[in-house]
Order: sequence, then structure tokens, then C-alpha cells
Amino acid sequence: MQTFGQQLINGLSLGSIYALLALGYTMVYGIIKLINFAHGDIYMLGAFWGYYSINYFHFNFILALLSAMLVCAVIGVVIEYFAYRPLRHSARITALITAIGVSFLLENGMSYLVGANARSFPQAIQVVTYHWLGLRISNVQILILGTACLLMVLLEVIIKKTKMGKAMRAVSVDPEAAQLVGINLNHTISFTFALGSAMAGAAGVLIGLYYNSIDPLMGMTPGIKAFVAAVIGGIGSVPGASVGGFIIGILETAVQAVGLSAYKDAVVYFVLIVILLVLPAGIFGKNVKEKV
Amino acid sequence: MLKVKDLVVNYGAIQAVKKVSFDVEQGEIVTLIGANGAGKSTLLHAISGLMRSTSGSITYLDHPIQKTAAPKIVRAGISQVPEGRHIFPGLSVQENLQMGAFLRRDRAQLAQTYQTVYNYFPILKKRRHQDAATLSGGEQQMLAMGRALMAHPKLMLLDEPSMGLAPIFINEIFDIIQAINQAGTTVLLIEQNAKQALKIADRGYVLASGQVKLSGTGAELLANPDVQKAYLGG
Ligand SMILES: Nc1ncnc2c1ncn2[C@@H]1O[C@H](COP(=O)(O)OP(=O)(O)OP(=O)(O)O)[C@@H](O)[C@H]1O
Ligand SMILES: [Mg+2]
Repeated sequence: MQTFGQQLINGLSLGSIYALLALGYTMVYGIIKLINFAHGDIYMLGAFWGYYSINYFHFNFILALLSAMLVCAVIGVVIEYFAYRPLRHSARITALITAIGVSFLLENGMSYLVGANARSFPQAIQVVTYHWLGLRISNVQILILGTACLLMVLLEVIIKKTKMGKAMRAVSVDPEAAQLVGINLNHTISFTFALGSAMAGAAGVLIGLYYNSIDPLMGMTPGIKAFVAAVIGGIGSVPGASVGGFIIGILETAVQAVGLSAYKDAVVYFVLIVILLVLPAGIFGKNVKEKV
Repeated sequence: MLKVKDLVVNYGAIQAVKKVSFDVEQGEIVTLIGANGAGKSTLLHAISGLMRSTSGSITYLDHPIQKTAAPKIVRAGISQVPEGRHIFPGLSVQENLQMGAFLRRDRAQLAQTYQTVYNYFPILKKRRHQDAATLSGGEQQMLAMGRALMAHPKLMLLDEPSMGLAPIFINEIFDIIQAINQAGTTVLLIEQNAKQALKIADRGYVLASGQVKLSGTGAELLANPDVQKAYLGG
């Protein structure tokens, strides 16, 4: 019971980071039907921004987090503008391959610029571990979970309540009709990339605090797992991405806890396959047949 | 108010609109009738800025608009009610209307516009918190019209508003189109329901295979034997 509780806490912390990342995949897919393979690398850039801003500008945690979100939002918008927008009317596979290219560019570009070696993330927060009912929970875990949940609630409010959020939803369901009411597609798509990338930037700073170690390739595996989380939740569904992220996080820690660390990634894909067999559109997905 | 001259619109190699010319004067109801595939929707898409024309011109209030982007067309006062309604599922009825007013900055008058729309379509007020996808076909048509009205257009383009509706709904829709027109909005109405469209129209054009074949006042076209044979089932 105690290990179960402990693993649940660890799983939720990790899961909240996957959830933040998965949101970006799902929003971008929702609006332009593109799987943005470079999304995991935005998260890496967020982590590096956190690293430099804390080390060299002596930012505190909050400032590092907020500035990483801002910087990543801008990077996301720029990537969309230069890499994906010119391909808006091309075949989907073209944009998909371009996304993979952008991902390689960011990974190798950063390896070239700052070196491929891992470095330790500055501890912007003094780690304190609390003991409670035999469980160990650190202030960093609470901070990660709290920040992630706060951001998710904020995102939900933006999407559900604000005019831009409603415009995003309008564009994802019917871009032509959206234009007919005067919604500017380009602005809305930029806005979506900004939001998704800001979430990835936040996730990057949080993971830096959690695992202490960052490197230019750190976005690859979490990127794929967050993508899996988005698919499990139902790609295009915002609540689905959050739930999918938590499922993957908990699953991964559970597998490690029972001593199968070596298989933790395999299990994630196994669950993906099982869920897609049972619920082809994911947990929250609408079961629509898609023309590809 | 709107002048379309020698307009050509292509889908790749397919020419859907072939040198069409027509005009709409301020305050009128003008109808374009024609069979399936005549090029009616394509024409409206070109006016709304969703499609680029190959040649010819579209002039609105003395300004050329054939190269203007869709949002600017809406801002200039042209709103379209697209064929097949295209309401936003997943958004509530009220949010759909709010999207219709996307470009409006005059918050003070906005409440007035909601009122006007709810007066035309009381059912929308009753259903305002409901997901638009749950509305019936007739209600969705009303919502699509209400959404276009929210932009407070000077010119309203309606693409087959009676399509797929029960007769009782059709009559209501046509009544409201007249009411909207009387309240000062110019109307360009596309219909396959030629009889009812010509009845309420000041003038009409008959479109076939991408070209204007006939034009005249609503009454003239109603009385025209060719029109009767081809479009009025008699
Ligand atoms: N996306 C498209 N790609 C290629 N051809 C198209 C496309 N849309 C329409 N067309 C063709 O253009 C022509 C005109 O189509 P349009 O939709 O404008 O006709 P319409 O008069 O609105 O017909 P309906 O009454 O059925 O709505 C048709 O021959 C149609 O097949
Ligand atoms: Mg049509």
C-alpha cells in the first residue's frame, strides 16, 4: 500500500509533465492536423532556457518558468511561420517530414551550439522532502504537480472562455466557416503554436528541476511518450491529452517499481496498442472516420 | 453595391464559373438560380474571398475586392451563410453567434444585435446554451443565418438556405429573409427552390454551366416559359 502510494506520487509528478507536453501535440493536431514532431525539442529548448537563465541571469524559479514559456512560445510561432505555413496546402506527409526535419535541426543545432553532453540543471529550489504516512514527497514534486495543474486549468479557461480560444475551436472544426465569420486562420494557428509551445517550455523547466540533468536530445523520448499520451487520450482532445499524460506517467513509474525498468518504454507502446485496439479514437476521441 | 464582371473561377483545370457578370443594388433581394453544379457556390466563395478568381472583377461599394482576404471582406460588410450551414459543432449556440461577431469592436451595439437575432429566431435564445451540433437541421439553418447577422452585414450572401428543410421551415426562412431585407440589409440569395426565391426577389439571374443564361425581375423570370420548364417543374 505504501509503495503503491509512493509510486502514485512519483507517477503523477512525471505524468503532469507528459500531460503538459501532450497538450501541445493535441492542440496543433486539432488545428492543422499535423503531428508536430519537433514539439519535444521545444521542451528541450525550454529546459536549456531555464538552465541559462537561472545560471547566468540568476532568475528565480517563477521567472525562469515564465520566461521559458514566453521564449518557447515565440520559437513555436517562428517554426510554424517558416517551416509549416508554406506547406499549409501541400500533402500532409510533406509537413510531417518537415516536422521531423525541424526536430533534427533543433537537436543537432543545439548539440553544435552548446555541446552534446548532459549538464546538471541548477537547483533553483532547495529540495525539502516531507514524510507523511510513510510516504516521501518533495517540495519539487508538489511544485511540479501544482504548476502543471495550474497551467492546465489556465489553458482550459483560455480555450473554453476566451474569444481566441473559441476561435481556435472554430478553426479546428471548420476552417472555411471560421474564415466566413472573419477569423484570421494564420493568427489563430500562430496563437495555437504559442500556447502549445509555452506549455512545452514550462514542462522543460519542470523536468530540469525534477531530473537535474538536461541535454540536447532530452526531448526525443518524452516527446514520443507525450505523443502516445495524446493519442491514448484521443488526439485533438484537450482533456484527453491531460489524462493520457497522467496515465503514461503512472504506468512508467509502476513498471519501474515492480523491477521492470528495462521495459518501461515497451510497456508504454504496448498500452498504446491495446487502447487503440479497444478504443480506436482514444479515450476522449470522437469516433470519426478520417480521410487521409 | 456589388458588381461582378466577367468573373472566371477555376478548380485546377475545371472551369466552374465562366465569365459571369451580374450586379446587386443597395436594398435589393437578388437571386441566382441554377441546377446542381451550375457554379453558384463557387461564385459566392469568390465573393467572400475563400477562392481566388482567375480573371474578371468583383467590385463592392466601388472598391475592387477580388484579391481581398476573407476576414477583410467580412469587415467590409459582406457576410455569407454557407451552403450546408457549417455551424461550429462543439460550440454552444451563443458561442456560435459570438463567433459571428468576431470582428466587431462596438461592444455597446452588440447586445442590440443579439436582441435582433433572437427576435428573428426565438428558438435560438431558448437553445443558447446548447451545443450547436444538437440542433435540428432547420434550427441549424437559423443559427447559420443568425451568425451571419451578428457581423451586422450590409450585404448578406445566402447559399441555398432552404436546402433539406421541411416546408414549414422553408416558409419561415423566406419570411425572415424578407424581414432582414426590409430592415436594410441587401440580400444575394442562391436557391434551387426557384419559385419561392423568385417570388421574393427584386431581380434574378439564371445560371447554367457556369454562365448567366437569363436575367430579369423576379416576376419576369417566374413568367418565363423556359424558366418554368427548367426550374419550376412546369
Ligand atoms: N473542390 C472542388 N474541386 C473541383 N471541382 C469542384 C470543386 N467544387 C466544385 N467543383 C465543380 O465546380 C462546379 C460548380 O460547383 P458549385 O459547387 O459552385 O455548384 P453549385 O451551383 O453550387 O451546385 P449545388 O447546387 O449542387 O450546390 C461543379 O462542376 C463542381 O463539380
Ligand atoms: Mg452550391
